[in-house]
Amino acid sequence: MGLIQNVADDGLGGLEHNFLTGRVEELVKWSRSRSSWGATFGLACCAIEMMTAGTAHYDLARFGMEVFRASPRQADIMIVAGRVSQKMAPVLRQVYDQMMEPKWVISMGVCASSGGMFNNYAIVQGVDQIVPVDVYAPGCPPTPETLIHAIETLHQLIEDGQIMRRRELTGAGAQVHIQEISAGITTPVSLGSR
Amino acid sequence: MTTTENITPSQVGDITAAGTNEGRQELQLRKDVSAKEILRGSGAVLRMSESEVAALAGTQSEDQTMIINMGPQHPSTHGVLRLMLELKGETVLRCKPVIGYLHTGMEKTGESLTFMQGGTNMTRMDYASPLNNELVFALTTEKLLGIDQDIPERAVWIRMLLSELNRISSHLLFMATNGMDIGAVSMMLYGFREREEVLRFFQKVTGLRMNHNFIRPGGVAADLPAGWRDEVLNLLDALPARLAEYEILMTGQPIWRERLQGVGVITRDEAIALSATGPILRSTGLSWDLRRDMPYLRYDKVEFDVIVGSYGDAFDRYSIRLNEIRESMRIVRQILDAMPQGDYRIQDKKVTPPPRGRIDESMEALIHHFKIFTEGFKVPEGEAYVAIESPRGEIACYIASDGSSTPYRMHVRAPSFINIQTMPHMMRGGLVADAVAVISSVDPVLGEVDR
Amino acid sequence: MSQSSNQVADDVRFVAKADYLKTLASLRDEGFEMCADLTAVDYLTHPGRNIAPEILGNIKLERFEVVVNLLSLSQRRRVRLRVQVAESDAVIGSAFDLYPGTEAMEREVFDMFGIKFDGHPDLTRILMPEDWHGHPLRKDYGVGNIPVQFKGAAS
Repeated sequence: MGLIQNVADDGLGGLEHNFLTGRVEELVKWSRSRSSWGATFGLACCAIEMMTAGTAHYDLARFGMEVFRASPRQADIMIVAGRVSQKMAPVLRQVYDQMMEPKWVISMGVCASSGGMFNNYAIVQGVDQIVPVDVYAPGCPPTPETLIHAIETLHQLIEDGQIMRRRELTGAGAQVHIQEISAGITTPVSLGSR
Repeated sequence: MTTTENITPSQVGDITAAGTNEGRQELQLRKDVSAKEILRGSGAVLRMSESEVAALAGTQSEDQTMIINMGPQHPSTHGVLRLMLELKGETVLRCKPVIGYLHTGMEKTGESLTFMQGGTNMTRMDYASPLNNELVFALTTEKLLGIDQDIPERAVWIRMLLSELNRISSHLLFMATNGMDIGAVSMMLYGFREREEVLRFFQKVTGLRMNHNFIRPGGVAADLPAGWRDEVLNLLDALPARLAEYEILMTGQPIWRERLQGVGVITRDEAIALSATGPILRSTGLSWDLRRDMPYLRYDKVEFDVIVGSYGDAFDRYSIRLNEIRESMRIVRQILDAMPQGDYRIQDKKVTPPPRGRIDESMEALIHHFKIFTEGFKVPEGEAYVAIESPRGEIACYIASDGSSTPYRMHVRAPSFINIQTMPHMMRGGLVADAVAVISSVDPVLGEVDR
Repeated sequence: MSQSSNQVADDVRFVAKADYLKTLASLRDEGFEMCADLTAVDYLTHPGRNIAPEILGNIKLERFEVVVNLLSLSQRRRVRLRVQVAESDAVIGSAFDLYPGTEAMEREVFDMFGIKFDGHPDLTRILMPEDWHGHPLRKDYGVGNIPVQFKGAAS
């Protein structure tokens, strides 16, 4: 075949323009940024705007994100959309912990970013007190365009590799603790207890 | 489809127990059993605290019932609603809705915001129909101020227009999420497509797509922009054809009917006893709509029908909401014809800030503006309760004031908070898949449930 | 009392705690089929309730007031009951047997104010976590806000 003869003659130069070459890391980062799936964490009014961003007029599908996975095991981005109350905070942390690495968090709306207009006993003043946040999207609620801007910023950070570099430097990221249970235990272990 | 009924108390159910204090002992016909006996005895509500449920874990054997947890993070619970379901196999026996995961302390926050700022707080309760929340707060404040009869006609009709358009957008949201929950996923796209048209109009008028803070005590915040009539007419012309598409996609479709007919049945007595209002009460056959029965704004001047169901099941609630969109469109057409000229807010200096242009010219206007927006206007001491018909039922605001510029106590009677009490009774005996259909047909908005 | 300029004023009745359940039952027989709302108000820091003297002669004003709004569907009218509840004896009868829809409303009042309802089937916290201390809507419970210091502001 002409192609095989070319490669046999010239090595990689014989490939002409039929192949792209690059590093594996680049390829992985490129595909991660273009097919990240969101975890459904719509809490309040921002959830409606998040749903609107996923529907036909604003269309998150063109960014590869139309699928919102309910199971955190299958999700990459957790978009915390809405105000996080004291009762919901442990649930938020639990869902975040169940997500697989690499994972990112977008804090959507002012209530998730800083407590918003509700500076009182019931609302956690900023979801970054509970989970490490990568992108903050302001607005009350942010219009779908703002959310798409936030998602695209995150995608750009993923593609550049900035986020992984930052994690290596500061050690931010999931703090996964493993508690070893000895083999001879007889009392039942309750999983996921509060 | 309207039925005007005169309800007599005897139809509601007689609760005076005869003989023992445990109620009548012999087996009664279903229609003669009172609400009290049904609700105490049938035990549809699971009344166990979380620690008791946790203590049960691991002690249940194979043939016993299982208590599982649905939510709070779940794709189909319409927000952060948590259900503790007691299951026997796939059948739901008892259920306990656990709420509070979105509790924002809005009633406490409302006590530290002035009456002008109160709308920003109220509007985020039922975030699917924010203008109705603002409307009820404004009406209650005006009642306390004593200016509720003096609001200019144009302001009242603008309020009605926005309220009805909000009803359309809220019911479209219901169609979208209901469709998605039952499985017609493309309905999600269609419902939001229609909703975008309405939200675009809101953005033109109020500046925001959601959570507008536009209806304020004294009137509305600004006049309707030029060309609003054409916008509304475009909207009204586009919708009927699309609603007809939904009829083809869903109403006549056998799978849809199988999933919704006979699911989540509630009787009239149960609904009244549980204080359910809105489409849930109307689906049982009782024609009660505050817009017609205790009219507010100018609803007595427009003609519309109240849609009523017959079986009290989820299919009735779906078709009631679909047809309420049509009735709201009818009302909006009448408002278009009847919209008067005039002021968009009351000219009472006590509550209305001066026009923005005047602030540059006059010191008095500047001081007036400053005082209203920083200190707020003082409302006389008293208490008032005003109720309106939101897309979910009767929403009411109870304000107790102490003569200062912030409410002393602000309480909102949220329809979804009360309607959620009907869910265990609707789910009893059904399958887990029907539980999703039931939640969707109750259409709760967790922002107003938890406040 | 409520104010409105030209409309018929609201029907507000002050009821003593001892007569509360009897009044509810008689109103139910009179045709008020639905309890629209049940809530409470904490009058601890209120400057003074403006109530007609002939009513003040019969009832003693207390710190808490339980406010019940009843709705008659057949007669299309509402009535509002205001029941005084003392802080030292913050217990009142439960309306659950008459109006089962008050189950969630009474739980919320218990959660937010600490008023107990005698005869309620499941009086536990509904909005706050089950192990929360304090009753948030009482006037001696702070808003709980965090003072915000803006970056670069002169302190």
